[in-house]
Amino acid sequence: MSANKDEPKKPDTSLLPTPAAKPPATATKATTGTQPAKKEQEAPPFEKGLVEEIKKKFGESIKVVFIKPLRTKIMVEPKDIVAIATFLRDNMGFDHAESVAGTDYPKDGQIEVIYHLGSYTREDLAAHVLALTTRTNRDDALLPTLINVYKSVEYHERETFEMLGVYFEGHPRNDRFLLPEDWADIPPLRKDFRIKGR
Amino acid sequence: MTSLEDKFEESKKLGLQIAKESEDDRLMTLSVGPQHPGSGHFRFIIKVDGDYIVYCDPDPGYVHRGEEKMCEYRNVIQNIPHLERPVIHDSNNITYSYSLAVEELVGIEVPRRAQYIRALASELNRQVYTLYWLAIYGIFLGHSTMFMWPTGDRELLIDLLEVLTGARVTHAYNIPGGVRNDMPDGFKERCLRQVRYLQKRFKEYEDIFYNMPLFRQRTEGVAVLSKEDAIKLGVTGSVVRASGIPYDIRKAEPYDIYNEIDFKVQYMKTGDCFARSYVPFLDMKESCHIIEQLLDKMPQSGEVRAKLQPNPKGPPGEAYRRVESGRGALGYYVVSDGTPKPYRVKISVGSFRNMLALPYLLVGQKMGDMPATYWSLNYWPVEADR
Repeated sequence: MSANKDEPKKPDTSLLPTPAAKPPATATKATTGTQPAKKEQEAPPFEKGLVEEIKKKFGESIKVVFIKPLRTKIMVEPKDIVAIATFLRDNMGFDHAESVAGTDYPKDGQIEVIYHLGSYTREDLAAHVLALTTRTNRDDALLPTLINVYKSVEYHERETFEMLGVYFEGHPRNDRFLLPEDWADIPPLRKDFRIKGR
Repeated sequence: MTSLEDKFEESKKLGLQIAKESEDDRLMTLSVGPQHPGSGHFRFIIKVDGDYIVYCDPDPGYVHRGEEKMCEYRNVIQNIPHLERPVIHDSNNITYSYSLAVEELVGIEVPRRAQYIRALASELNRQVYTLYWLAIYGIFLGHSTMFMWPTGDRELLIDLLEVLTGARVTHAYNIPGGVRNDMPDGFKERCLRQVRYLQKRFKEYEDIFYNMPLFRQRTEGVAVLSKEDAIKLGVTGSVVRASGIPYDIRKAEPYDIYNEIDFKVQYMKTGDCFARSYVPFLDMKESCHIIEQLLDKMPQSGEVRAKLQPNPKGPPGEAYRRVESGRGALGYYVVSDGTPKPYRVKISVGSFRNMLALPYLLVGQKMGDMPATYWSLNYWPVEADR
């Protein structure tokens, strides 16, 4: 009994983020939004190193969208996504997915699915979020599932299926989750779905 | 003697719909919720074999309101009052990360005093939420005193927040650019008085609830979530901290002024129901220290909100910002196309992430441990549905 109560007081130094690993204070302030556009020149070195490491392995199949302090976004082809996600998990320490979001781009005729990956195990990555994105056609939206790499995407992918109509190939359940059971309309987060009266 | 197969065939010939005796006939399907007093607006379907749960399927969506779609129809400021609806007891935290993301996109600099005030409001709100959660955990386990005490003490904090924000529960206090209005006179003294009172009460909570042998028996060693599985499932907040991972966004990625505050990340290593119920309580205790420091270090005067354009907009881009809410990391992914309305808003909430652990923990357990396990996940059904 008492052992349990004492536990929180003992600091586990192996997992606590060390001061050196902490991000620079300026990077977390709200001012980060004031530096848009020319990202290549002011790309922070640590994040750049991360991207270089992925590029070394997969080369030109990875398109870097942006490198900002603590946030990196890479775009990959649907056929490569499972291999790249496996590499990110096994070799880079991104061990869980925080969120899976889909964004509809009717002008391009595409839907973008974005996985925000985080790390519990690597303390220098604690503040980082890597956005792994891929795009699929709007009309036959089909993507391979990442459930075998990240178990944590299970419900998020199910939600993306019903909200944007992206079918995840290999996912055990592409079915209703949050919407009513008798929902008989197009997926509601697509841009051509309009709220009545607006 | 005829075998079961023959009987089944015979019954088919006779037109009798006698079901075939099989494994499935041993199982009983139960629907826990949405009218269950403790489940909230949420249902999970379980199958029990005698006393043991062998299958669990969460079925959320009873209070899905399409918050993400609604965001696309309003400008960034108008989004605040409806975005706090998913979790009204923690409304300062759920609008906090949205404000951070919008500030990053639009490029707003938040005044220093505003950063302190909204951190203060968020810490107070975290306590309001956790006290409410604790009250329900108490009544879930049949401990009615533990329902009455936190509910009563929560009122003091609600009154405090009413003085600060003007509303008891739904504050709409955090806005992009700061907070809606300044702190009233004499707030510091009143706040400190309430925090001191709460700290005294926490000792009594520990005596009557956490140190009670009955509560210990019902929670210790029940539904253990190992560290490896916690990482794999991607759970967050008190659930991941109870499994031995000291991960707190306030420490990992300090936002606003949290890097100037001295506090410890509270965690335990056992990963059972007791740890998951005790870590939020430890968080509340630590939060009291944070509030004292915030009141102490706060600039005495200054602006509390940045001047904004009528329809604030920034260049096209996207932002993903997180805060530590009462239920874990709360992230907003906001995409802007350069217009005043967001192009896409995705809310990644702790409850939705922790729901994945529910079937994992329940299967193989006794039915009687279900309430203790379910509510220990720090799950808020309305937030998960959004």
